[in-house]
Amino acid sequence: MASLKALRMRINSVKSTRKITQAMKMVAAAKLRRAQQRAEAARPYAERMERMLGSLGAAVAGQPDAPRLLVGSGGDQVHLLVVVSGDRGLAGAFNTNVGRFARARVRELESAGKTVKILAIGRKGATFLRREFGSRFAGEISFAGKKAVGFEDAAEVASRITAMLEEGEFDVCSLIYNRFRNVITQVPSEQQLIPAALPEAGSDAQEGPQALYEYEPTEEEILASLLPQNLAVQIYRSLLETTAGFYGSQMTAMDNATRNAGEMINKLTLNYNRTRQANITKELIEIISGAEAV
Amino acid sequence: MATFQLEFVSPEKLLLSRPVEMAVLPAAEGEMGVLPGHAPMIVALRGGVITVREGGQETEKLFVAGGFAEVTPTRVTILAEEATPVASLSREDAERRIADCEKALAEAADATPEKREAAMARLLSARAMLAAAQAA
Repeated sequence: MASLKALRMRINSVKSTRKITQAMKMVAAAKLRRAQQRAEAARPYAERMERMLGSLGAAVAGQPDAPRLLVGSGGDQVHLLVVVSGDRGLAGAFNTNVGRFARARVRELESAGKTVKILAIGRKGATFLRREFGSRFAGEISFAGKKAVGFEDAAEVASRITAMLEEGEFDVCSLIYNRFRNVITQVPSEQQLIPAALPEAGSDAQEGPQALYEYEPTEEEILASLLPQNLAVQIYRSLLETTAGFYGSQMTAMDNATRNAGEMINKLTLNYNRTRQANITKELIEIISGAEAV
Repeated sequence: MATFQLEFVSPEKLLLSRPVEMAVLPAAEGEMGVLPGHAPMIVALRGGVITVREGGQETEKLFVAGGFAEVTPTRVTILAEEATPVASLSREDAERRIADCEKALAEAADATPEKREAAMARLLSARAMLAAAQAA
């Protein structure tokens, strides 16, 4: 049986671990609230942009010289997967989930004979995928040093993807990230970026059938500047959802860790008290038997 | 006087949403005044100043560096990355931005025409910012 001193030290160490996990849980909860607010604030822009794209896309669709961002390069050979994950760990299975999802997707595409390229955003997902698919990496982006991701960061990623498209480095681009369903559930999911999946026009129920818009300058020109912006908006949204999901996941993980530490402390304390009792009993027996022998 | 809803959204948040009487937008092909009941339009914006009129007076002047606007009879939605009240524009900022853009344009000299055009548009928007800062 472990000595009393050793037990005492273990109890103390678990106690400080519990303090840390508890603090991390509180911090994650506060950050989660902020991340959720930011995600909420970004929604109006995305909604309006979707509405504009819907009506524009309907006007331009089917034209032979439609922009590449809208129709892609026409091929289906090279796939670019943009994998968004967290920059830090200690968030349960958050990063592993999105990594696993991406891995399954890469295998699926490769067994269908496609070429896959990976652009990893976030350090954890990058390390996860690099082990197996290091040769497919087209780039790695991390916002680890930043306090919060801004729209400029997303715009930068978007312009990088656009540049790759213009160079003809891929045909199809999709985004893999943890969709934020609620605080405890994040679902890894895939969303196609290029060719752009256009929302249905006229789905705005409030205003009934939309009147036909006039465009200034032409539809094509507006679309040409709207599409890169839309790409950035999609990426921005995925970044925000990842941030919110990350903190949600971290909060749950740290809550569990705190509870486990509490259970462990109870067990160790029980063990400690039993050992102490046993020691006392042993000493008493020694004294009594010593006295009887005299 | 009749009003329409003016909404100003940036990718990060909703900047402004309230009923106004008239708004003047710096559309890509010239200034455009919008009154309630305007025909539905989607316009691209160049860098310039958006003037808002309420109660018969100019109440707000905002500088935008570019973006889009959706006009319907009852509502105008402006999608822009940033909007600064003209009064808080500074000349130094504008001049610095012009210098940056000129450099970028010089670097883009042998890039694709699209890239040159984009750099040019940014330079023009920076010049509009300086003009707005000087006028304020």
